[in-house]
Amino acid sequence: MRYAARVAWWLVFIVGVLYFFIPLYGTLAFSLKSKPFLSAYTAILNDPQFVSTLSYSFVAGILTIIVSILIIVPTAFWVRLKYPQLRPIIEFITLLPFVIPPIILVFGLINTYSKQPLAVTNTETGSNALLVAAYVVLSFPYMYRAVDTGLRAIDIHSLTEASQSLGAGWIRILWQVILPNVRTSLLSGAFLTLAIVVGEFTIATFLDRPAFAPFLGLVGDSKPYEQAALALVSFGITWAAMVLIAVLGRGSRSRIKVTIG
Amino acid sequence: MTNAALPLSAPGTPSARPVRRRFSWGWLGIVPFLLFAFLFLIAPTFYLVIGSLQNAKGTFTLENFAQLFTPSILQTYENSIEISLVTALAGGLFGFLLAYAVISGGLPGILRSALMTFSGVASNFAGVPLALAFVFTLGRVGLFTIFLRDVLNIDIYGAGFSLYSKIGLEIVYLYFQFPLMVLIIAPAIDGLKKDWREAAENMGASSFQYWRRVALPILMPSLLGTMILLFGNSFGAQATAYQLTGGFIDIVTIAISRQMRGDVLYDPNLGYALAMGMVIIMAISIAGYSLLQRRSERWLK
Repeated sequence: MRYAARVAWWLVFIVGVLYFFIPLYGTLAFSLKSKPFLSAYTAILNDPQFVSTLSYSFVAGILTIIVSILIIVPTAFWVRLKYPQLRPIIEFITLLPFVIPPIILVFGLINTYSKQPLAVTNTETGSNALLVAAYVVLSFPYMYRAVDTGLRAIDIHSLTEASQSLGAGWIRILWQVILPNVRTSLLSGAFLTLAIVVGEFTIATFLDRPAFAPFLGLVGDSKPYEQAALALVSFGITWAAMVLIAVLGRGSRSRIKVTIG
Repeated sequence: MTNAALPLSAPGTPSARPVRRRFSWGWLGIVPFLLFAFLFLIAPTFYLVIGSLQNAKGTFTLENFAQLFTPSILQTYENSIEISLVTALAGGLFGFLLAYAVISGGLPGILRSALMTFSGVASNFAGVPLALAFVFTLGRVGLFTIFLRDVLNIDIYGAGFSLYSKIGLEIVYLYFQFPLMVLIIAPAIDGLKKDWREAAENMGASSFQYWRRVALPILMPSLLGTMILLFGNSFGAQATAYQLTGGFIDIVTIAISRQMRGDVLYDPNLGYALAMGMVIIMAISIAGYSLLQRRSERWLK
């Protein structure tokens, strides 16, 4: 490769790195301006709202993952095993959340579930359940793709027949044979879902839930340094999820692919 | 291999039991998914579709859609489309160059996996924290703004720049747009075979001719498709813009947010039509993406 070309590619890369790190550095530098040193970070740790909203979002994320797995794994399995002709329809439905962005989804959900006879949003439990349901829908594209890719890598027909001839029922096949075999891709999908849920702002705001992202958005008016520290914490959570996915994907046959079509 | 026993009864007598052995309930596995999708995705969207086709009294009308073509709402859509186009093109171009730099640009191999991890993080780092990070960096007293003013003597706010405007929003959106491009376009760049370049060079093609006649035509469906995806990605974004501008920028997602909050000119049916207009644009872009993605698979196996 010619010298000039190589320099040009290095320049492109450096610009990319700067674009990536300058905002993070700006946020870090701002958060460290609080006096005494690191007080922004000790303050958020002692902020009961930080703890409560972050754990609220984590619990919502974990419930989302559980419900999503319970719904997606049997569906993807069954479509691959017996109903390949349904595949395009199921895939289409799982892609709909890309067409219907969160703001539209929550708009529809509030209209459908805030009026009699389906006034789900009148109770705390109802609103929480609706939030998780919306997040499960958001997780469909990632979870379905993850599980489907995982299933492609194993011979589910043989596995199913072998289990059946040993007398296993469907629940047992799914739980003890299929699930362990797609564990890696399932975990990738799960971490991605967790990262998305913890950072999700639009749906949580309009359902008026005490989640982390809405809290992060509002805290700044009174405590700017804490807000900067919180933004970095949020970034760290996304980072951790992505690193876990990369570690999981290494050396496994099935890697999550978040592409459409 | 069905070995269901034939009914051992004389013709005419009804068999005592259905003959099918082992009736399978496994298909029930799909029902929860369909039910869930219906309840929390399809029905709510359908509610908006119906609402957009009704007036306040509940009679059928196309008035709401006609109202979308009033100048102020058209302007809102125009702003959204402009921001999405600019960030899709700029993010797409830069993301492609960046991916090409680490894959075929002769950079050390370790930078590639580093870039892929960064891109995974950055493409998911949208919303409130992203908006905040840019406020602390490029806001009026942001770190980078001050650096430019005091060290390089460039006063960007004095020159009319504002982070809370269209251009500001575009700069912020690029932060998740170009990493998404890197992630999706990398496999396509990987698919460009070395043999093709060598074959072209052996026949005397210049680098420009190779790009013009071989590489770009092969990559074009992927490039276009991914840029369309970026367009939709930016078009549907709400949280970042909301946090950055406090809900004071005239784009479609923010207009819908205002409708939901019941602010100015509250007309629920018009709100539904606004949402539908958005869904239609999103649907076209996602369909375009899948179509082009399928086309690109022809060469890039």
